[in-house]
Amino acid sequence: MSQADAAVAVGERRWVNQVLGLLAWVTALLFFFPVFWMVLNSFKTEQDANASPKFFFTPTLDEYREVTKSTSGVLSFSEAYTNSIVIVLVSTLIVLLLAIPAAYALAIRPIHKWRDALFFFISTKFLPVVASILPVWILARNFDLLNTRMVLIILYLGVNLPLAIWMLRSFFQEVPHELIEAAEIDGASLWGQLRSIVLPLAAPGIAATALLCVIFAWNEFFYAVQLNPVDGSTVPIWVTTNISTRGDFLAKLSAASVLACIPVVLAGWIAQKRMIRGLAMGAIK
Amino acid sequence: MSTTVRPRLRSQIGPKVSGRTLDEKWRRRLPLLPALLIMIALTQVPFVMSVYYSLTDWHVVPPGPREFVGFDNYQQLVHDHFFGDAIVVSIQLTVFGVLGAIVLGTAFALLLDRKFFGQGVVRTLLITPFLLMPVVVGLIWKNQMFHGLYGVLNWVIEKLGGTPVEFVSSHPTLSLIIVLIWQWTPFMMLIMLAGLQSQPGDVLEAAKVDGATPFSIFRQLTLSHLRPYMELGILLGTIYLIQLYDQIAVMTGGGPGSTNVPYYVFQKSIGGGWEFGQASSYSIVVVLASIVIATIALRVLSGLLKGEEIA
Repeated sequence: MSQADAAVAVGERRWVNQVLGLLAWVTALLFFFPVFWMVLNSFKTEQDANASPKFFFTPTLDEYREVTKSTSGVLSFSEAYTNSIVIVLVSTLIVLLLAIPAAYALAIRPIHKWRDALFFFISTKFLPVVASILPVWILARNFDLLNTRMVLIILYLGVNLPLAIWMLRSFFQEVPHELIEAAEIDGASLWGQLRSIVLPLAAPGIAATALLCVIFAWNEFFYAVQLNPVDGSTVPIWVTTNISTRGDFLAKLSAASVLACIPVVLAGWIAQKRMIRGLAMGAIK
Repeated sequence: MSTTVRPRLRSQIGPKVSGRTLDEKWRRRLPLLPALLIMIALTQVPFVMSVYYSLTDWHVVPPGPREFVGFDNYQQLVHDHFFGDAIVVSIQLTVFGVLGAIVLGTAFALLLDRKFFGQGVVRTLLITPFLLMPVVVGLIWKNQMFHGLYGVLNWVIEKLGGTPVEFVSSHPTLSLIIVLIWQWTPFMMLIMLAGLQSQPGDVLEAAKVDGATPFSIFRQLTLSHLRPYMELGILLGTIYLIQLYDQIAVMTGGGPGSTNVPYYVFQKSIGGGWEFGQASSYSIVVVLASIVIATIALRVLSGLLKGEEIA
């Protein structure tokens, strides 16, 4: 290949690269548009929101004030947020406390049939939630757990535990075996090994796992609406209370949606790279 | 000789060794047990209860006695054409949702897998739909994108000279599929991106040196490397979409073309039907169908886990 040819090839590649980069930007902006529009609508008045699409308007925080004020007898923003935060944090904490030792037993000192055990955990995700909702509802009613935070804390364990074990196993596998063996020779217990070697080395992976659990628990709607429609209701239920059958509600709904999604969207933006690495490697590496 | 020596050796050393290994076995299992027991309690117990309910005639509102009726519920199920419709909707939503998301997700991942200005921002914009609450996704698409009067899509359609479409009420299945593809494309994109970035660079370089065209590199190297990632994406997407409930609940509240099997089971039981026995038989059918899909999927997955030993 002559030098001129090479220069043409490089120039061509740069040109192609620029076009593809532009294409990526256009695609991303189009794809993001519904989210952008939701945020824009949340700063409009109902009049501006319920009209032919408007890009220019006088922004207002009225709808944010409207959705966060509390009326007695109606699920309030602060009540739903408190319920969600307590349920999500407590259940995620318990998930980690159970999943870390389990992942240790699957990755670092694997039990004899670790593959079967891992399959059992994954296979529970194939059981459709509807298949269990009736017995769960009946059990919850019999134990007086309907409309309590406790019932969702317990159920979100079942939702997130398999996923957490799956992801943590892949992160734990990256912990060098020599370090563990050295600690064992030094007579470190399971807890000692976890605390001094596994947890510090796998900390970023554990954080990513916890975030994914938080996302799924925060966004969960089915169990919440079936079991806690009256008390202990979470943020997704609160969002649906902002739809009215009479009058316009798009601006109000948009403001509520933004408030409901912000914590998880921010967390996801921060953890995007690591989260997916854990998920993908859980299966492939 | 060995036959005479072995028993004696075993009797001398055996008990001690096996005692230690048994102890060692349980020491290894112990950390796994709490998680295992909790998952059994949370998933297997309700399942067994469901199986039992499905063999009974049990009407809860108004309260009636629970009578054992054997397979009656399953026989009725064959004649319930609503159930058949729900199966069709479930299949449509899952197949088109997952396929659409994997195709778009792969395309987006290929676009992102190069250096360009603002790459990180583009990736952040693209993953956002996956992070939104499914309830919110359903509601904002219904009320701001699909809306008959003020919807953005109809505004675009009118600008282009078309006639407005009542998306949700006239085309519920299509509307749901669009929403599902939008929400799941980012997830597929991230998995495919993980796959693209783990591609061994030296192999690609060697192919380039050998004069392979970009297209043949893509077809022969990249695609085969991406296959397990694609399978993983399809598997995870299928698990979630087959159980779809949230978007249906907030967008249409069920109805022809949008009631899938989970939603139908819900309607038949705690969603107003209160036919617990009948509804349980439907949910058992869902489980059986899921087991068939899961068996296929787990075989794929076990292939992935085995690959790990070679790698």
